[in-house]
Amino acid sequence: MLLNDPTNKEKFRKLDEVLERYGRDPEQLIRVLQGAQDIFGYLPEELQAYISDKMDIPVSAVNGVVTFYALFSTKPRGKYTVNVCLGTACYVQGAQQIHDSFKNHLALKDNDTTEDMLFTVRSSRCIGACGLAPVVTINEDVHGKLTAKEVSKLINRYKKETAGENHEDKGPTRPGTYQEEAPTEP
Amino acid sequence: MRIKGLQDLELIKKKHLPNLNARLGNNQTAGYQVLCCTGTGCSSGGSEKVIKTLNNQIKQHDLQNKVTVYKTGCFGFCKMGPILLVHPGQIFYCLVHEKDAEEIVSEHFSKGNIVERLLYKEPIENKIYPQLKDIPFFQAQQRIALRNCGLIDPEEIEEYIANDGYFALQNVLHNLTPPGVIEIMAQSGLRGRGGGGFPVGRKWSFTAQAEDSPKYVVCNADEGDPGAFMDRSILEGDPHSVLEAMTIAGYSTGASQGVIYVRAEYPIAIKRLELAIKQAHQMGLLGENIFDSDFSFSIELRLGAGAFVCGEETALLKSAMGQRGEPRPRPPFPAVCGFRNKPTLINNVETYANVPIILRKGAAWYASLGTEKSKGTKVFSIAGKINNTGLIEVPMGTTLRTIIYDIGGGIPGGKKFKAVQTGGPSGGVIPAQLLDTTIDYESLSKIGSMMGSGGLIVMDETDCMVDIAKFYLGFSQDESCGKCTPCRVGTKRMLEIMERITQGKGEMADLDELEELARDIQETSLCGLGQHAPNPVLSTLHYFRDEYLAHVQDKRCPAGVCQELTDFVVNPEKCIACGICAKACATQAIIGEKKKNYYIDRQKCSKCGVCQTRCPKDAIFKAAMGGDNASAYQPGNNHTTYPTP
Repeated sequence: MLLNDPTNKEKFRKLDEVLERYGRDPEQLIRVLQGAQDIFGYLPEELQAYISDKMDIPVSAVNGVVTFYALFSTKPRGKYTVNVCLGTACYVQGAQQIHDSFKNHLALKDNDTTEDMLFTVRSSRCIGACGLAPVVTINEDVHGKLTAKEVSKLINRYKKETAGENHEDKGPTRPGTYQEEAPTEP
Repeated sequence: MRIKGLQDLELIKKKHLPNLNARLGNNQTAGYQVLCCTGTGCSSGGSEKVIKTLNNQIKQHDLQNKVTVYKTGCFGFCKMGPILLVHPGQIFYCLVHEKDAEEIVSEHFSKGNIVERLLYKEPIENKIYPQLKDIPFFQAQQRIALRNCGLIDPEEIEEYIANDGYFALQNVLHNLTPPGVIEIMAQSGLRGRGGGGFPVGRKWSFTAQAEDSPKYVVCNADEGDPGAFMDRSILEGDPHSVLEAMTIAGYSTGASQGVIYVRAEYPIAIKRLELAIKQAHQMGLLGENIFDSDFSFSIELRLGAGAFVCGEETALLKSAMGQRGEPRPRPPFPAVCGFRNKPTLINNVETYANVPIILRKGAAWYASLGTEKSKGTKVFSIAGKINNTGLIEVPMGTTLRTIIYDIGGGIPGGKKFKAVQTGGPSGGVIPAQLLDTTIDYESLSKIGSMMGSGGLIVMDETDCMVDIAKFYLGFSQDESCGKCTPCRVGTKRMLEIMERITQGKGEMADLDELEELARDIQETSLCGLGQHAPNPVLSTLHYFRDEYLAHVQDKRCPAGVCQELTDFVVNPEKCIACGICAKACATQAIIGEKKKNYYIDRQKCSKCGVCQTRCPKDAIFKAAMGGDNASAYQPGNNHTTYPTP
């Protein structure tokens, strides 16, 4: 149970702050849920009940809103959320292959999150960065003009980052100067 | 400081205009002015880091008095971001990395030498264009809604005022009556830029005439159409224009409360809007007794949470009230029963952005632009298979050819243009033979597409139109809220048929069924999402029927896209026989010997595509099954000629 777990005390204190600011107005339910998800990472039933209680909105209505909007998740997410943009501009530039490639490399089939809770792979509708298509966001970082080939490198970069090593930012790629990884000759 | 009238505005303008003029290149004595885009495109490319490094370097070179760096909104040329524009000289640096900042400072600002390698190079003729005004992408454009984007610092209200911001609001509140304002909007011919194209003057007068109170003014900033990002750029680059217009709309319709419903996916836009609202309150341009008149108006934000259907106005209103964003039947229209069941005016971001300048320059000026029924300019985002991805603004009546070839720079890689999709999942495709169609509301709907919010996705010969139609239908199906049966079940059935066709299991009867279902869904769905969901299928069936026939009758995908109808093949000319693909293959379908050659056994291949992503030489490609390309690479064939993919 979330509430009884003493490690969550700080999180609930933050949530109460959000509720203090927006919770009196039932019209701000979406804002409160966004705040709650930012704090806890996801919105389990227990949290929905807590918010329902504090805002005096039936839990069925809270659940109805949570399940309606794509941004809300009722399951915990990995440390890194990989969001593959599947908007049209990205799609025609091969975003589906990139999405598949992430799933392949992380051995994800029906589930979205790896067992070690490191990566969650999702797809999103247009994030409006069509100039960089195809685009993937990993938490706050935006990776544009990606190819399916670069996926494994990207995954390794974040795995290394978790292991305490910083990755180097290569910056924007100038056309014609892109350095592919040298082929490994037999 | 609280602004009370015209004099106060003039004072601020006078103080900040020289600054703005220097940035426009009109003031030669002011040293170097550097404009750096901080919109989503350039920020993603690292423009904030570039600005930081620039400022550090400027300090190190002791050039603080000579060089000033400004954060601006979007220039529109997102493909080339991060972008720096340097005055004097209007020097256009693109794809700037923080490592390049030092060179720009030490060479350009210290010694006056332009850093040539960072200039824009046109991809087809390889010509270098040092100055923004000469770059083809920016010619043929006319920026009205985007007038401040890429010019002013969106986080400084004084800069907006210096470029004549809030002068229209002052004039409206002191010199015009509400019906007078509505009359000007009607005469200007401005139509809603969110897709429907409803005349703005009429819409405002409906809300003004509604008898209930209080009334509300809502801004639809839920830009969900994939491939469209003009509203985001306006909110990021010029948030005050939307606030000013909403306040004017409030005065004209009798509302004192405004709501902006914005996507949570646009964090920079939200941040800038919040800041802009705060600044406007501090200056008395929002809140009680604006410009010392008896008119009061305030604006609050509501955040979306990722539901495409919330772009539909009745769904948006539900969502803004914290509920599930499900649409309801109209009438009653929001003008009568909207936000909190009170009369509500809803326009989208781009529509509002046009309002202040129309009131400043006059209805006749605006009506002189564009075509007979579609006045003014329209912002388009061009993306997909095109050289110059980005945001452009052109007068209504410009042809698609001008947009795609003159401004967009044509198709990359020398490929052939196939179609352009307008109107997103609600629109249709336009084939090559209709490229000379002029863009306005009427001509687009006549050829089975629609203006939509202005997203243009360009497709080339390697795109399969059946697959594209399936993609859009899948989008609408996924985003269907489920309230009405035609949309919930109908799009699902259509999608199943499309999936059958792309898997090579389609029959001729499927095509008729698709059309029949499409008509039913169009006629009986509750809201715009369902009514327009079949459009991409109908328009591709109309213009690219041969591709459907190839999938259904010949069981092949001519463009080599649909997985089940294509083969992965090894191009022996590129293959270095390293064996990486064979190791990666889960089904042992890649057969061969190191340093000799490899080929893919069609029967064993599961078409997962892993080999293609692993190949270091790009020697593995997809080819249409049954086509000449694929069979040429099977063993036993005479490899004298290799058709290129």
